[in-house]
Amino acid sequence: MTQLLVIIAYLLLMLVIGYAANRLSRGTAVDYFVASRSLGPVLLLLSLFSTTMTAFALVGSTGRAYTLGVGVYGLLASASGIVHSLCFFLIAVPLWSLGKRHGYTTQIQFFRDRLDSDWIGVLLFPFLVGLVVSYALLGVVGSGAVVSNVTKGAFAGCGWFPQSAYGVPAPIASAVVSLVVFVYVIFGGMRGTAWANALQTVLFMSFGVVTFVVIANSLGGTDDFLENVRQAFLATSEAQRSRAKIPKPLFLSFLFIPLSVAMFPHVFQNWLTARSAGAFKWPIVGYPLMIMALWLPCVSLGVWASAPSSGVPAGTSENQVLAALVHQHAGPLLAGLLTAGVLAASMSFDSQIIAVGTMFTEDVVVHYAPAGRFSDRQIIVMTRLFITAVLAVTLALSLFPRAVFDLGLWSFSGFTGLFPLVYAALYWRRLTAAGAMASVAATVAIWSVLFYRSGFGQNAKYAFPESPIPLVGQWVVPPMLPVVTILCVSTAALVSVSLCTPPPSSGTLSKFFRD
Amino acid sequence: MRYATWLFVCLLVVLHQDYWQWNDASLVGGLLPSALAYHAGLSILAAVVWWLVTRYSWHEELEVDTVEEPRA
Repeated sequence: MTQLLVIIAYLLLMLVIGYAANRLSRGTAVDYFVASRSLGPVLLLLSLFSTTMTAFALVGSTGRAYTLGVGVYGLLASASGIVHSLCFFLIAVPLWSLGKRHGYTTQIQFFRDRLDSDWIGVLLFPFLVGLVVSYALLGVVGSGAVVSNVTKGAFAGCGWFPQSAYGVPAPIASAVVSLVVFVYVIFGGMRGTAWANALQTVLFMSFGVVTFVVIANSLGGTDDFLENVRQAFLATSEAQRSRAKIPKPLFLSFLFIPLSVAMFPHVFQNWLTARSAGAFKWPIVGYPLMIMALWLPCVSLGVWASAPSSGVPAGTSENQVLAALVHQHAGPLLAGLLTAGVLAASMSFDSQIIAVGTMFTEDVVVHYAPAGRFSDRQIIVMTRLFITAVLAVTLALSLFPRAVFDLGLWSFSGFTGLFPLVYAALYWRRLTAAGAMASVAATVAIWSVLFYRSGFGQNAKYAFPESPIPLVGQWVVPPMLPVVTILCVSTAALVSVSLCTPPPSSGTLSKFFRD
Repeated sequence: MRYATWLFVCLLVVLHQDYWQWNDASLVGGLLPSALAYHAGLSILAAVVWWLVTRYSWHEELEVDTVEEPRA
């Protein structure tokens, strides 16, 4: 019951933040959607970090390290430290500048202007919303799994929820967390979301370190923390301490996954909140270190959980590993606080929800309705209804269990397929609307085919080509993550169709390129 | 210096593919598995390289040129 009370207190705190942000709101659209472009470097770093480090980073990384071993850190943490900062430098800063200069609040506004085409928005909107929903699903599934696991036994006295071991059933936990996120996103806007994200970063970083220390000391059983860490690793198999379970081509192909950050709508919206270009320096430099501070403990915990002495039952599902460790090795109060930390990470799907609402408002309602057709009040009601519908769909999808890690990979692969589009829009004058639309269509098509071939994400080991393709001599094309194929097809469509169609007008180009 | 910093970024990508210690299960310093210690070190190196990039290859023109225009 203590865990449950701590979780309730944390959720109430989030609501207070939304209320406080609402009270400080300037009442303008630019304040609601991009916090009046006023965030300094520290708040930008904390908010961005929370936005990108969702349940995937805590629940997903721990669970996959439980299965694959320490190599999971190299698969995504060190790769993201290189590639995320690269994307912030090459994509975020120029987009922030264009967004501020031309007043953009969504990616689609930028692409419509840059490509002088309305249709690119029609094509991008449903795909981006679909991918954001699959990304938000990570948070919904992750938060439900964690709350359900750590509250086991909380209702034993009154005999409620026997089917979930007298804990809060995962679907109910997911629904309550989603409701809290909904309320503070609706009332707090981007400012409330940024504040909540910053607090969430501080919480999950600090609680992550506490979890690591507490569980290491519990597993090692001595007074020396470093000796406990050593013992915890020595208790695991050699395969878990090396990368024996990870094929090398797969490791290489994971390097492309973090490119997805360049096309996340919620991250784009976060970029626009920056006060100046210089505010990006902290995120660019700090990201690799913060990712390390979060992933190193999480991956270690996952590896430790695989040892028989950890007390985590063999065959535990990946989504349950972190919660099972916490449940085994921490007291009720600490378990509640640690769960609040995990929830903090899981709840960062708030920025995905506000991004979807902003896209609907700006790219559909405001874009297509004649000026004055709808009042501000009507637009806000429509936006809230759309966000409600998106959350309802996300909750419904959360009833079909998938590993958080795999859900994330498919979502990220779709976004990575759109990387050539944003890169070319910023750096290639010859990009045409037809080339951009061909790239988006190719991404949608190839992503859908591969997702279908993987059994809609059920096959966690799905790779493409499905078997090695022989080339000349000893050379073969090995099976790799689907993201590699998606990226290649998307790039080929973008370049070939752009070169076969008339170049954009000089008037359009002059808005986006210096001579 | 601009080209040198970008060379460092490419070097990070190459160093990320550390195939030579693939099956090494030993603990570095008796504490962390070698793959984990190596990639944690790579994260620290990445922060240093990105600091160099922000120091020597920064978008100075965007710092002064970005003026807000009303959206049509």
